[in-house]
Amino acid sequence: MAIQRKAVALISGGLDSLLAAKVMLEQGVHVEGINFYTGFCVEGHTHAIRKKDKVKPKRNNALWSAETLGIKLHIIDIIEEYKDVLINPKHGYGANMNPCLDCKIFMVGKAKEWADENGFDFIITGEVIGQRPMSQRKETMPVISAESGAEDRLLRPLCALNLPETLPEREGWVNRDELYGFSGRTRKPQMALAEKFGFDDYAQPAGGCCFLTDKSYSVKLTDLWASRGKRDYEIDDIMLLKVGRHIRPKPHFKLIVAREEGENNFLQGYRKQFITLRTMSHKGPLTLLDGTANDEDLELASKIVARFSQGRDADVVDVEVTENGVNKSFSVQPLKSDEIQEAWRV
Amino acid sequence: MIELDARRLMCPMPVIKTQDIIKTLASGDNVRVTCTDPGVMQDIPAWCRINGHTVVSSEEIDHEFILTIEVGPN
Repeated sequence: MAIQRKAVALISGGLDSLLAAKVMLEQGVHVEGINFYTGFCVEGHTHAIRKKDKVKPKRNNALWSAETLGIKLHIIDIIEEYKDVLINPKHGYGANMNPCLDCKIFMVGKAKEWADENGFDFIITGEVIGQRPMSQRKETMPVISAESGAEDRLLRPLCALNLPETLPEREGWVNRDELYGFSGRTRKPQMALAEKFGFDDYAQPAGGCCFLTDKSYSVKLTDLWASRGKRDYEIDDIMLLKVGRHIRPKPHFKLIVAREEGENNFLQGYRKQFITLRTMSHKGPLTLLDGTANDEDLELASKIVARFSQGRDADVVDVEVTENGVNKSFSVQPLKSDEIQEAWRV
Repeated sequence: MIELDARRLMCPMPVIKTQDIIKTLASGDNVRVTCTDPGVMQDIPAWCRINGHTVVSSEEIDHEFILTIEVGPN
C-alpha cells in the first residue's frame, strides 16, 4: 500500500491558499495548515476594535479555510522574529513598507522547519505567477524556493505547470497532470476552480491580508520610527497604529484620538501606559499622548482634543490630563478646523 | 482545571496561547481561558472544532469571555 504523503499548507485565509490545499487533498495527500501571525495581519483583532465593524459577522478566515477543508490549522506567533524581516529586508520594500519577498521567504522557511520537525514531506503555497507585483513573479519563485531552504520540496499547485517539476511531482507523490498553470492578475481561473469545489463564501480582502501594504499605515510606521530615532517596535506600537486619528503637532509627541466608541474602549486598555486626555465639560474621544509633553504642550494637546469633542464650537472646554495617576485640568478654547495643520496629520 | 489568562490579548493571540497550552496537556484535561476580546467566542470554538477539542462551556461575565475546553485525543 502506498504511503500517504504529508504536506503543510501556508493558509492565509484567502482564496488561493484555500484552493492550493484543496487541490492536494483531492490527490489524497494528508494536508495540515500553518498560519503565521506577524502582528500586521489584517485578520483578527482589527475587527474587534472598531464598533462599526461589528455589524459584519466576525470570523478568522484562516480558521474558516481550515474548517472548510477539514484540516488542522497551526497558528504560529512570529511577532519577534518578524521584526528583522521588516526592519532589514534583503530584497527591499514594495510600494509601501511591505517586504513581501523577504516575508514569503521567511514564512516558507518557517514552514520548512515545522515540516521537518513534524515529519511532513513537502510544503504548498497558493502562489500564482504574476499575481503580486513583488513576491509572485516568475523570477522570484526560484528565489523563494532557494532562500527559504525548501528547494524542490516547495510546490505551488495553482501555477505548477508554469514551473519546473518539484520533488513531490518527480516522486509521484502528486500527479502533475492534475495541477494548474494559472498566471497573471486575473482571478477568473481561481473563481472557476472555487465554483468547481463548491466554495462560495471565501474571503476577498480588498487590500490584501497585511497592513504593511497599506499606504496610510506605512506612513504611520515611518513616522513612529522617525520620532524615536530608531527602527524598532513592540506589539503595542503596531496595534496602536491601526487605531484612531494620529496627530503630531510637535516632533516630540503625537496624539492618538479615538474615532468612535469601539476605539475609545480599545484605547482605555492603554490608560496606564500613556498620558491620557479626556474632555470633561463636553462628550469627547479618549486620547492618548505618545511622547513627552510639558504644560505648554499639554495645553496645545487639550485644544486639539477639544476640537474633536462635542464642544468644538464652545468658547471653553474643560480637559482632564492624566499622567501616572495624577490629574491636571486645562480650560481651553478648541482649535478651529483650519488651525489643525495638515502637516500634523500622520 | 488549568487556567489561562488571555485578557487584553487580541485575536489570534488568545487562540495561539490556547493552542500552545493544549500542546502540553493530555486528552481529557480541561483548560479555562479568560479573554477580553469578544472575537474569541468565534475563533476558539472554530480552532477547537478543527483540531478535535471540545468547548464544554462559554460565557460572558462582566465584559470577560470565559471558555472551558476539554482536550481531545492527541
